[in-house]
Parts: sequence; C-alpha cells; structure tokens
Amino acid sequence: MSSQKNIQFSEEAMATVNKIISRYPEGKHKSALLPILHIAQAEFDGWLSPETMDYVASILKIQPVEVYEVASFYSMYNLKPVGKCLLEVCRTSSCWARGADDVVNYIGKKLNIKPGETSKDGMFSLKTVECLGSCGTAPMMQVGASFHENLTPEKIDTILDNYRADGRRRSYTDMDYKNTL
Amino acid sequence: MPKVTIDGHTIQVPDGTTILQAARMIGPEVAPPTMCYYSKLKTSGGYCRTCIVKVTKGSDKDPRPMPKPVASCRTMVMDGMEVVNNTSPEIVDARKGVVEFLLINHPLDCPVCDQAGECHLQDLGYEHGLSSTRYDFERRTFERKDIGDKIQLHMNRCILCYRCVKTADQVTDGRSHGVMNRGDVAEISTYIEKAIDNDFSGNVIDVCPVGALTDKTFRFKSRVWFTKPVDAHRDCPKCSGKTTLWLKGEDVLRVTARKDQWGEVEEWICNECRFDKKKTKDWIIEGPRKIDHHSVISQNHYNKLANPHYKKLGK
Amino acid sequence: MGKKLLIHNEHVANIHTLEVYKQHGGYASVEKAIKTMTPEAIVEEVKKSGLRGRGGAGFPTGMKWSFLAKPEGVPRYLVCNADESEPGTFKDRYLMEKIPHALVEGMITSSFALGVHTAYIYIRGEYFYVSRILEKAIEEAYAAGLLGKNILGSDYSLDLYVQVGGGAYICGEETALLESLEGKRGNPRIKPPFPAIAGLYGCPTVVNNVETIAAVVPIVMMGGDEYAKIGIGRSTGTKLISASGHINKPGVYEIELGLPVEEFVYSEEYCGGIWKGKKMKACIPGGSSVPIIPAELLLKTAAGEPRLMTYESLSDGGFATGSMLGSGGFMVYDEDTSIPMNLYTLNRFYHHESCGQCSPCREGTGWMEKVAHRLAEGHGKPSDIDLLWDIQKRIEGNTICPLGDAAAWPVASAIRHFRQEFEALIPKKEVAH
Repeated sequence: MSSQKNIQFSEEAMATVNKIISRYPEGKHKSALLPILHIAQAEFDGWLSPETMDYVASILKIQPVEVYEVASFYSMYNLKPVGKCLLEVCRTSSCWARGADDVVNYIGKKLNIKPGETSKDGMFSLKTVECLGSCGTAPMMQVGASFHENLTPEKIDTILDNYRADGRRRSYTDMDYKNTL
Repeated sequence: MPKVTIDGHTIQVPDGTTILQAARMIGPEVAPPTMCYYSKLKTSGGYCRTCIVKVTKGSDKDPRPMPKPVASCRTMVMDGMEVVNNTSPEIVDARKGVVEFLLINHPLDCPVCDQAGECHLQDLGYEHGLSSTRYDFERRTFERKDIGDKIQLHMNRCILCYRCVKTADQVTDGRSHGVMNRGDVAEISTYIEKAIDNDFSGNVIDVCPVGALTDKTFRFKSRVWFTKPVDAHRDCPKCSGKTTLWLKGEDVLRVTARKDQWGEVEEWICNECRFDKKKTKDWIIEGPRKIDHHSVISQNHYNKLANPHYKKLGK
Repeated sequence: MGKKLLIHNEHVANIHTLEVYKQHGGYASVEKAIKTMTPEAIVEEVKKSGLRGRGGAGFPTGMKWSFLAKPEGVPRYLVCNADESEPGTFKDRYLMEKIPHALVEGMITSSFALGVHTAYIYIRGEYFYVSRILEKAIEEAYAAGLLGKNILGSDYSLDLYVQVGGGAYICGEETALLESLEGKRGNPRIKPPFPAIAGLYGCPTVVNNVETIAAVVPIVMMGGDEYAKIGIGRSTGTKLISASGHINKPGVYEIELGLPVEEFVYSEEYCGGIWKGKKMKACIPGGSSVPIIPAELLLKTAAGEPRLMTYESLSDGGFATGSMLGSGGFMVYDEDTSIPMNLYTLNRFYHHESCGQCSPCREGTGWMEKVAHRLAEGHGKPSDIDLLWDIQKRIEGNTICPLGDAAAWPVASAIRHFRQEFEALIPKKEVAH
C-alpha cells in the first residue's frame, strides 16, 4: 500500500464537488460525503487511502474519523487498492439459482484469481457481492458503472477482452456505462 | 404526571420519563439490566436490547398493547401504561436470547481481563444467561490496535454499546475514535494508528461496560477485589477532582470516577487525576468507598483470608 | 391483458426524453395539480385511491402523507426511496431507467401536495448509471420550467436532487436512508420519533418508494375513486412485479392487483411457466424477506382457494401457510433447487447487510449463516435445525429495525415447509460400538 502524494481534485472534479455540496441546506454539507467519496475513489486510483479520506474531511470541514466511519460502513468504497476493473459478481438467491457460482469459478479460473484477489497484471480484481437488483437478468456482474447481464462463458470472454483492450480504470462514476437491460 | 405500572408496581413519574427510568425509581428488583444505556450520555441506549420489556397496555387513552418488545431505555412512559419485565416469561426468555447473542463471540477471557469483578457482562451472564453455550464455531477476533499509552483497547471483548463514542463526542473536545466497518465485524478503532488523547479521554474507560477499554496504567497490577477502594478528592483546575482511589497498601493502583448505584459515573474526571496522581499524598482521602454487598469487590475473601485477624474469627 | 398505468409506454422509442414523454401525455399531472388543485385535494385523492406503499411494507400512502407535521417556518422534505436492494426486486431500476420522467413527474406532483420545496431521490450506489439517467431527466425538467422557481408560472417552487448511496441494503429502511442522506453510517434510528415528525435534518419528512411516487401521477389524472376500482378490496391499483428465478420469461411486469397467481406464473403474457419444462418447487413472492412457500401453497391457499396477487390473498393463512406480496420480488425455484442452499445464500445476504447496531441482528445473522452453511453442505448436526429455528425466533421482534425480522422469516419458513430436506442433509451417524 504505497502512500499517495499530492491528493488534490482536478478542477473539473472540484466543480462537481462544489455543485454537490450546494444541493444541501446551509450547514448540512456533510450530506455530500457519500457522493464525494465516490468521486474521490474514481479520481485517486480506485480506492480510498487514509490520505484521500483526510483530504475529503478537510473539504467538508469534518473530523477524519467521521469519514473513516462512513467509508468503512458502505460496501462500494475500497479501502485497499484494487485492479483497474473490479468484477463484482452477484450471488444472492436468483443469481445463485441461475449459475452465479459458475460465473465466479469461470472468471477465477480464467484469470487465475480467487474472490478478493487481483490478477498479476493489476487489470482485474474479483469480488463476490450481494444482490445488485438485476435478478431478472441473472447471472450478472457489475464492472464500474456497467451492469453485464445474462452472463455466459462466451459473454464473459468478450467482456474481459474488451476491458483489457481498453485498459482504462473503471469507476462507478463513468459516463460511458453499458447495460444490457 | 403520567402513572405507569411495572411488574405490578405503580409509580407516578415526570413527563418524558422512560420506562427504564421509571423502573429504576421503583427499585433494582424491577429495573431491567442495561449494557448500552447511560443516563449521563445523550442518545445512548437502544442497541444492546437487554433492557427489553413488554408493554401490555399502551396508555389509558390507547390501551392497545405494543406488538413487539420495546427497549425500555428509549420508550417514554404514557399515562396508564402497563409494563411487564421480570414477571413475563416471554421477556425473561427473550433476554436470555440477547445474553446468548452477546456472549457467542465474547472471548470469555475473564481470568486475564482487568475488568473481571466489575464487568457488567459478567453480571448479566450470571443473572440472565445460560451456563453453557450452543455456539460451536470459532469466535471472532480482531487485529490488535494501539490507541496510546493510557488506554488499552481489547476489541475482542467489545459489545458495541457505543458509550465510548458518545462520551468522546459529548465529554471530550474532538473525537478521534469511532465505529468502523459494519455488522459483526464492526469495531471500535481510530482506523489509522493514533492515540486517543485529550484531557477527558480517560472517561471512555469508566463507561465501558466490559473489558474492551481498560486503564493501561493499571494493567495486570492487581485484581480489583484485592484492592481497597476509597473516595478521595483533590483541588483540580480541570474537573471536580472527586474520584475513587483503588489502593494496595500505600500505592494508588488506579483512579476512577465515582459510580452510582447503576454503575454510572457521577462526575467525569480529567486525565491528570486519573493517570498522573498515583500517590496517596496527592489526595485527600474521605473514607472507604461503599461497594454493593453483592459485588465480588466487597467480598474481599482473599484479603480476609490473608489477614490473621479474620482467620482467628474463623471467617 | 390488464391495465397498465406506470410502464404502458415502456417500449416507446426515446420515452426517456422529455420530448417523447410529453408527447405521450407526460407531465399532465403537474399541470393539473398546480393549476387546478389544492395540495389538500391531492392528498385526499391519494387517500381515496387506497394506494399502499410499494416498497414492501404496504402502508397506506395517503395516511402516511396526512401524518406529515406542518409547523410554521420549518422546511419539510420529500425523499424518494430508490435504494431498491431487497433481493428479487428490480422494478424500480426498470422504471427509472426506462421512463425516468415518470418518477420526476411523480416527485413534482407529490412535493406540491405535501408543501415541499426541496426533495431528494436517494438511489443505491450500485445504480450509479441510473442516477445519470435521472439527473439528465431532471435537467430537462428544469429547462422546461417544470422544476425550479415558479413552476409553470405559478407561485410554487421546487428543487429536486439525486443522491447516490454507498452500498448498503439497510439504507432501504427509511430512517437509515435519512442517516445516509445526512452523510452518516446507515444505522436505523430508534423510533419514535417517526420521519413525519422529525426526519431529514430533524424536519418533517415523507419517505416514499419509487413506484409509490410514480403511482401518484395516474391517481391525480384519473382520480382516487377511479384508481381504487382497479384491483380487489384493499389491494387497489396496479403493481410492478419483478419476476426472476427458474421461469421462462424473467422481467418486470405491471399487473392489476387481483391477478391469479397461477396465471402470472404460467401464462405467456407474464412468466411463461417454469424453465426447461420443469416443475415449480417453491416461490418467494415478495422479495427475499417474505416467507418461502411450496408451489401448492403458492397457487392455492390452505383452504383450497386460488391465490391472487394481492396483499391479502398472498398472506392468507398467516406465516403457517401464506407469505406476503412485499415488494413484489417474485422468485421462483424449480424442482431441483436445494432449499437449504438457497436459504444459505439469503442468510449470507442478511449477515452481510446487518448494520451491527443491535446485538440480536449483529450476532444472530452471522450465526445463522454459519449453521445454514454447514447444513447445506451436508456437515450439519442433528440439533442444527432446531438451533436454527431457535436463533431466528430470538432475533424476530427483538431488533431496532425490520432487518431482524427480514433475516428471521426466510429461515422460519424454509424449516417450516422443507424440514425434511434439511434432515436429509444431516450425515447419518455410524452406530457406535
């Protein structure tokens, strides 16, 4: 875990942050914490380092511990570095019933990683998650902002190939999301 | 002034009184046990569920019973309300369930825990629990975290009562610890290694109902029942200076705030009184601290046996 | 074919744009409400409609609205609960993604009825891309004078914002949602006070599900009485059902409440029957928290009456033989499904999602997961089934929020109806010598 230096939002990100803060009444700016953490995670390598969280605390003028408490409560904030594409495979009831375990195994074998691990090239991390609200198109996985649904081995191959070819880090905040609904 | 009946005892209480407060007014035989509620801390209570009671009649105005057991510490009394606690087999059983939940992941390391003898979870388990466990999985453990040279954190023992968090919020200036993560891996932590250090931070030790937060300066010095508690005071510019000293001979092994009948701190004390004044000459000793005769501390068997005078008396 | 009021335009091209949405009659309810009705009159119509909360609890919406405290000089808030996370439920996502303006329109009309000038849509973080769709729709509405100051030239002003969550099922509980919206951990609050008295920032607040808010639009347009004519008894109007699991046609269907369950499962118009020509074994009809019931009891009540898609019929027989309509998350399992393994996935879910505030849920959900896992994997002990039963019993009703009950009910119902299947998985002990 290397410590990050020069934690500073880009001008564009800062404008979005300020816009978000303005949505809440005077003195209630802490409300902006969750959305800002998403932006911070996207801006600073896909995870929230203590330095990043302290920076967010300073922007919102709250205690750093308030940020740690919140970031560690919610499942979408990565408190450790992850690969460029975090493959989040849903495995709750309907997805389980339609083959989520096979998806996890297939990806695991293909990339030679277990859930919770990152591929050697740092491209992919695999994570099993609970219900993502995509039960009618099970099995499925989320990668950044995109939902990939009705997964089959062939589909997974194509999806992973595409991400690898593209090579960018994927974030929940991406504007170029894909979904097959 | 609403009237409430708890386990057959009727009492009139001021508006805004909770069922728990009313029960405490009636007396300890009626009062439900508490692990997270703390009268000195705002918004405390509601989490541990040990103080649950059944409201069999909502009020004179609306006599319907409440459908589920309620946390007595967070439920206001209404005029004409009727409540059952120890007289309800359902509540006694539900409380047993709560105690079981609190204990399944508790390390039960009382023999090496400095809180033993004054631990509310020990008392609760003794009075409301079972003698064996049905939990046969590995117990949860947390990574050790150092939170400074004054306070020892044993997360494995924590029952997540939130008292220390509320104390840091309401008594100290600036909280540096909190509850991280969620569910059964939630933990009290500073997240990044950091000392909990400000003038009143030591109070988190006194509010902790278990051995999760203990006094590092007292660590393994003595079992509490080998010590002699006395009330003492000093002229302190930061706090009231009113404390209890835990003595062994002339040594002040530990300094705590004074606690009331319910085990709650009477007045917060500062860290200087707690950690830095460890000589009897620092203090004006008022006299022995009154300890409930049920407590193992007042039993003091070992000291008695060691004292030839008691041996002579055959006690 | 039943009447559709919410997603009747789902297949219209570009219905997600304001232009097309308006061409199909969109935003007429805002026009009608602001120009011709008083806020009180709208609340009255919603009461008359018999609309019940579509998030799962089924509480009458008109009544919830009428509880909203209105102290002078204190702002009130409307918060839309788009934290759809109940396993088996994806209808709100479908609605927001396909027809985002249906929600925006509902928010404007409802806010006007409640005297609200700032409203938030709290959407689960995983639906980040849907928040983009909503934000775009809101932007269009501002540009068209449907949001902002002096809406449609009236005195009424409203600001509407989208807030994304961070990943936590518990934020679907309305007070946990409000905590999260305030930038805190999603710990449910201890009630009372209820949000109608002290909600967001301590101010009076109404929290409504996406589908509930969207249903206000047709209610205002057709009138509460007309709306109440659809459906049966106290189950009025239409309902979005999320159908998933081992069926031929999973998806979101809008049904008139009162549709026979059998028709819903087997007709081509809806689920299209069980996949691969198999038989149905069991169903969880209202989202993972409601009891699982065997196929026979899903199709017919214990008394032999055909089961209908209504709040009352699905719960007929109580927990002994019935279930609940809940969120309408309709999950079907075929004859080859392992009920113990399915239960384990649900136990794992609730364990993962417990906030950890109160001890029965924090400790009990993890314990149930461990016992269920051992049972499902075939390593269980003979006492495990009773133990599992006991743990759920001691969680139910003893927690701060309904997550405890939600975690307990699937366990109780799985054991109640499929005990033999659990027993069959327990290794037979070798006879001791």
